[in-house]
Amino acid sequence: MRTVYAISGGVSKFAKARPDKTFQAVVKEAYDYAVQDIGLEHRQFNQLVDGSVVSYFSDHFARQLMAGIMATDYLGLCPKPNHRVEGGGATGGICFQEAWKAVASGYMDVCAAYGFETMSHVETWKGNEFIALASDVSFDYPVGGFYTGYYAMMVTRHMKEFGTTVEQMAHVSVKNHINAYHNPYAQKRNRYTIQDVRSAPMVAWPLTRLDICVMSDGAAAAILCSEEGLARLEAAGAHVPRPLVKVGGIGRGTDAMRMADRPHQSYDDFLRYNLLPHEDTSETRAYYQDLWDAGFRYPGVHSFRAGRMASREAYKNARIADPLREIDFVELHDAYTSSEVQTYEDMGLCRYGEGGPFAASGKAFMPGIDYGLNLPEAPICPVNPSGGLIACGHPVGATGLMQAVFAIWQLQGSIGKHFRDSTLQVKNARRGAIHSHAGTGTYVTVSILERGE
Amino acid sequence: MADRIPAKQEETLGGYVLHNVPFPRELNPETLALLKHMSPILIEQLYSITYVHSYGQDSPFFAGLSNGVLLGCRDPETGYTYPTPRGHDMYSGRETEWVEIKPEGKIHAFTVCYFGSEAFLSECPFVLTQVEFEGCDTLLLGRLVGVDPNQAGIHWIGKQVRGRFLRNSKFTPTDIYFNLVE
Repeated sequence: MRTVYAISGGVSKFAKARPDKTFQAVVKEAYDYAVQDIGLEHRQFNQLVDGSVVSYFSDHFARQLMAGIMATDYLGLCPKPNHRVEGGGATGGICFQEAWKAVASGYMDVCAAYGFETMSHVETWKGNEFIALASDVSFDYPVGGFYTGYYAMMVTRHMKEFGTTVEQMAHVSVKNHINAYHNPYAQKRNRYTIQDVRSAPMVAWPLTRLDICVMSDGAAAAILCSEEGLARLEAAGAHVPRPLVKVGGIGRGTDAMRMADRPHQSYDDFLRYNLLPHEDTSETRAYYQDLWDAGFRYPGVHSFRAGRMASREAYKNARIADPLREIDFVELHDAYTSSEVQTYEDMGLCRYGEGGPFAASGKAFMPGIDYGLNLPEAPICPVNPSGGLIACGHPVGATGLMQAVFAIWQLQGSIGKHFRDSTLQVKNARRGAIHSHAGTGTYVTVSILERGE
Repeated sequence: MADRIPAKQEETLGGYVLHNVPFPRELNPETLALLKHMSPILIEQLYSITYVHSYGQDSPFFAGLSNGVLLGCRDPETGYTYPTPRGHDMYSGRETEWVEIKPEGKIHAFTVCYFGSEAFLSECPFVLTQVEFEGCDTLLLGRLVGVDPNQAGIHWIGKQVRGRFLRNSKFTPTDIYFNLVE
């Protein structure tokens, strides 16, 4: 595979509704920003790019089949190669990885990835229904199809197995909302307290409205290229920021669509297939043996095996042995506070069962920001410095690409330029992970982005 | 309590049918340029379908529910058993066989939904549960009925439940629901 650089990105302002523009024009906002940020004109870039990948999740929200090609057409990228990708909540993350594949394989030297979702065209409860159609329509949806309900069930099991508390989950909400206070692209920029989160209206016990991301309209775009593509762009006058940002490795995992079907592995298989290198110590093996003896089974409904598989593969490809200490920040798929807690574990930022204490420890917070919390430990690896899905919003087909764009800016050291506020710039960030997640853990992508020398 | 009373009027669709909108009486460069500042036109479109869904190889499960029987699927060689039907085993790839499952189990996970999809809004609050059955390797999603949502707590997990069957089948998985065994 060839080295792939992620050289630029753009994000439309995520909003509850964007009736002022059609989806194509919202995509163009993000695309234009990415093109202009490397100093090229639309016509120039469209001549230089080899093709593109487009993502959106739901034909129901779009009420338009082949909406992907309509965005591509609007951007003036026809007749160059393009295809649409879809994979539930991971749609944007898959789009990023498909663009990576196009470049890494040598199929393209310059590839644009863009995605969007316009979720405001139906009322919230109908939107919940559309999203719930991404669960088994024979056995899950008819029982009370509602994704927040599915995630709430998962976290009750997490609470039962590991003693995770709602207050620990609320730390995630406080962190992500306050981070987003400094992100002008975010949909919700509010300062909340643990009490605010817990006293918000209950949606699906134990998740309140402030434990849950919102539906959004929005788009995001990223430009990926090879060494040859970079040379071609720069020969045409592009000003690609240094240091360069490259994709260090990708990983993907999957799991059964119905969470009821998640198999339980044997203890030996759990260790053989899931242990991360830094967990392979006698102390951690003893820890897991104790959990197993107490009734823990993997993956169960409390953990996302797909997230662990995606992380394991991405870490292997990027040569990461200890993620908490070798990754400087993570943008992960926090559709729910509970899923951020679960994902800490899947990504190996802590061990299975330790996600709750990790959430409240301070390790995943940004340094230098007053969260109004008494955090016992210093930040190590900020998680969702942008505010994540909970505060930025979740226009599904764009979300994973939004994470990529924020990661590119973090590694370029250009957050201050793009946010007009440097508060969220992770100091000396050299490596970031982006994590995109679908269904009840059905598809998960993890991509590692790194700052070049 | 006061802070739970919404201060915002709920937005709803519907209203008058509008047959015209403001538009310049004369078109000239100035008024044409002003069109760039026009608010977007939003229209309501009915989006409704009747869809004929097939349960395919899973159909006996629903026939079973309508006759007061919970059926599951079992790999004939390994015995791996799915209370949520599956025509082929995920490990061996073999076609599974139907087996009767005693509709008694334990709560593995649950939630109380106070909000939801449009189709279920009128039923809120309702309780979803993943039920584990003795001798089965996976779970079944169902409704837990007859519990006070206000008493929800992690202590519900592990409690015994017993399935009951709707007399008038709807041919959905909710033809079986669960009660706590006190």
